Amino acid sequence: MRTDTNPPYIDLPLFSVVLMLFGLSLVILYSASGEDMDRIMKHGIRFGFGLVLLVIFARIPPRVLLQWSPHVYLTGLILLMVVLAIGIIGKGAQRWLDLGFFRFQPSEIMRIAIPMMIAWILARTSLPPKPLSIFLGILVVLLPTVLVILQPDLGTAILIAMTGITVIFLSGIGWKLIFAALFAISIIAPAMWVFVLHDYQRSRVLTLFDPWADPLGAGYHIIQSIIAIGSGGFQGKGWLSGTQSQLEFIPERSTDFIFSVFAEEFGLIGVVVLLMLYLFLVFRGLMIAFYAQNTYSRLLAGGLSATYFFYVFVNIGMVAGILPVVGVPLPLMSYGGSSMVTLMIGFGILMSIARSKKIP
Amino acid sequence: MTQVRDYLRESALVQNRIVLFFLLIALLMSVLFLRLFYLQMIQHEQYSTLAQNNRFDLFSLPPVRGLIYDRNGEILAQNIHGYNLQILPDKVENMDELLSELRQLVELTDNDLTRFQKLLENRPPFEWQTLKANLNEEESSILSINQHQYPGIQLRAHLQRHYPQGELVSHLVGYTGRISPEDLDKIDSQMYQGVEYIGKSGVEAFYETTLLGRPGVERVETNAHGRVVRRLEQISPVSGQTIHLSLDIKLQEKSMEALEGYEGAVVAIEPGSGEVLAFASVPTYDPNPFVNGISETEYSALRSSPTKPLLNRALYGRYAPGSTIKGFLSLVGMENQISFNRRSHCPGWYSLPGDTHRYRCWNKFGHGNVDGHQAIVQSCDVYFYKLARLLGIDRMHEGMTRFGFGEQTGIDLIGEPTGLMPSREWKTRVRGQPWFPGETVITGIGQGYMLVTPLQLASTTATLANRGNKATPKLLSEIEHPQSESRETIPPIVEPVGLKPETLYDPVIQSMRDVVHGPTGTARGIGKDIPYDMAGKTGTAQVKSIAQDEEYDEQNVEKKFRDHSLFIGFAPLDDPKIAIAVIVEHAGSGSKTAAPIARKLLDYYLIDRLGIIEKQDGAPQAAVLQS
Repeated sequence: MRTDTNPPYIDLPLFSVVLMLFGLSLVILYSASGEDMDRIMKHGIRFGFGLVLLVIFARIPPRVLLQWSPHVYLTGLILLMVVLAIGIIGKGAQRWLDLGFFRFQPSEIMRIAIPMMIAWILARTSLPPKPLSIFLGILVVLLPTVLVILQPDLGTAILIAMTGITVIFLSGIGWKLIFAALFAISIIAPAMWVFVLHDYQRSRVLTLFDPWADPLGAGYHIIQSIIAIGSGGFQGKGWLSGTQSQLEFIPERSTDFIFSVFAEEFGLIGVVVLLMLYLFLVFRGLMIAFYAQNTYSRLLAGGLSATYFFYVFVNIGMVAGILPVVGVPLPLMSYGGSSMVTLMIGFGILMSIARSKKIP
Repeated sequence: MTQVRDYLRESALVQNRIVLFFLLIALLMSVLFLRLFYLQMIQHEQYSTLAQNNRFDLFSLPPVRGLIYDRNGEILAQNIHGYNLQILPDKVENMDELLSELRQLVELTDNDLTRFQKLLENRPPFEWQTLKANLNEEESSILSINQHQYPGIQLRAHLQRHYPQGELVSHLVGYTGRISPEDLDKIDSQMYQGVEYIGKSGVEAFYETTLLGRPGVERVETNAHGRVVRRLEQISPVSGQTIHLSLDIKLQEKSMEALEGYEGAVVAIEPGSGEVLAFASVPTYDPNPFVNGISETEYSALRSSPTKPLLNRALYGRYAPGSTIKGFLSLVGMENQISFNRRSHCPGWYSLPGDTHRYRCWNKFGHGNVDGHQAIVQSCDVYFYKLARLLGIDRMHEGMTRFGFGEQTGIDLIGEPTGLMPSREWKTRVRGQPWFPGETVITGIGQGYMLVTPLQLASTTATLANRGNKATPKLLSEIEHPQSESRETIPPIVEPVGLKPETLYDPVIQSMRDVVHGPTGTARGIGKDIPYDMAGKTGTAQVKSIAQDEEYDEQNVEKKFRDHSLFIGFAPLDDPKIAIAVIVEHAGSGSKTAAPIARKLLDYYLIDRLGIIEKQDGAPQAAVLQS
């Protein structure tokens, strides 16, 4: 039932919410950057570049993506190893790959590559998946996760792992297995705490539970962010009038902590609007997944939607003080290149999937 | 082998899961919403306050401390600009490198560095921290030239106390120091907002509240790095009041010079007003290092010095007055109907009836038959042994106390000791013993238990010069309000000691005149060529008691057991302008050391400072009063 009449196909509801979020991001970035037009321009250029990618990917049929899946995944895996190797040689944390004209984080590729790869594996056999498929699926999640943890970038590692796990969940694995896994995690997590986490990561988690214990040290950022959000109140202090943001009390205010600036200046009203937009974004993504034509598309669309949600949830949870500070951007709002590119590619893929079937 | 895939069932399964997953998302979004609702609605006020606190800062504006002048407008304590080298850790890329480079420019002790390291660990990196306080002029000029090369360093100017007269008046003016935890317990911290220093001793401590002023406050908006974005409102500080002391710094300087090489004290008072003109204690110390915390080694050197330079002898030194009290005792005798003309025989010693112990006169050959006049002029001990015996300790205590012996003078300094005028009651209370008659005898020549401070001795001498009108000694003569420039003069407090009639003073003062001017006076040595009339009395205070069969020979006595040399005096006789007490430790007889010092200082004050006496050019004539 192809409706190929006016290419490129753009899913209007999804596209509008993306545009609205981008519009908001321009407004708040102007304030957060200290009215830096240079940044606004860069942000706009990235978004424009992203739009081009979106349109391109929206034209790629899902069956082509299916064929690409293993290649994309393997390429991503190799790049992760390269980054890690450079990091080891350069004796320092390394997340970036510098291609001269363009720097990007290979872990960003994994945000798309993992759902693609798992969907590829699981869609090969009938659902619910067989133990071998599940095992392979877990392996697909685990390899890049470990590589990203080694960078070390715990936040991204957790997010891509959760995306992969969500895809496996969506494939309909048995509840017994799910509960068994939850049980296993409850045992493994404490062990990870002791043996895997770095000191700074542990202190971040500990600070989360009591940021006031070290208000000038580890807790400083969280406290200032919470003060910004809380002092915003119902109506907010008004655009460009957030004292916490304008007087530079909020750390990383145009990137990871941009939500705090938003919440301070636009208050709970703004926050509710923003949360609704994100909820709608994810809802639309899941709807595309729901109505997708085949299992691969359905799982991929579900996985991509899940990624957005996790990023939003972890970022806002972090700046609002209910999750540790792990350093993940707020999709579409935070200033930064890699994230924007992957996001837009993801939307393009969703639209390509949406295109294959009429969605209410 | 492959079963036919039931695509419908599969999609239903996944769709089912998608719905479940969406429900999970909705749930987690609600958690976020609730959290934000809690922060922005329920805790809003609390965070608003915190944001306000973040944003607004109150800067205390410390008041300028009041200045201290002497009676002629010479500055004794002032405020000068000091520079602190401060570092903003946030702006420094490589702290070790910066420190080692700064080391080339300014002297940094290990102490400075460890203290700074502690600050780095304990204070937020966006606050300026002091690396070195009070750079010297050279260091601050070198730094201000090179400052631009080092982002994150600044020279912060502040006012600090400086004493241009240095060690000349350190005991009297005292010094300020950094506020210590002990000080904090005593002060009203509201009054010390932003104030770093507090008066620790001397006038600085006594007139702390006068000198302090009132701090002001400035409300500013600051950013996260502590940089002031906007100034909102300001309440200006009120400067401390300027104090004019009665002290004459030139006379003080002469007094310190005169005492050089000795340990001792000189106190000079204007008899009519009680104004303290000189207040010298030797050896002394430089108060300036104390302002910012003297180094441990310097301080322990001062503390452990056997000559005790930190001790303010003029105020706290307690000495046996010796024969200096003889004039006072004669007055007490006359008041108790013991005639001044009564004669006593002095064979060179005195024994109490029924006792073989001999109380010796300083002149072992005896003074023969002496009356009160001769006894004072020649300082006959036996006369006063007998007088004391006649009076008894009770009447002596009562009479001498009225002059101020054994009592605080009431000077405007902290912690003045009372000295000691012994009595039966005192001895029972403190020693738990009855009073012995022999103790009365030696009290008659100012020995035994009796102790006076140099200030006390000067004050009682001034009272004598003032014929029984006792003026409370005071340092403060005027307070000047720097804002209004109005001056407030502190009136003298004069009270009569109540010895009647006043004519009783005449023979005593006449006798004390002859101590200096008479041919047999103990201080006739200083009476030579004296261009004015003065009264005086020598005193030689025993430090070690001499056994019955022993001879006191100064040359053979260890210095610490040698007699103290004392002298009291006042001049000019008809209208005394200055009363003086000189005590020189272990310097032998009063006539030998203390009396010449007194003469020198009286000459200087009356001739050079007041100009009421013309300098004698050769002709040994008596007083030529100009007035």
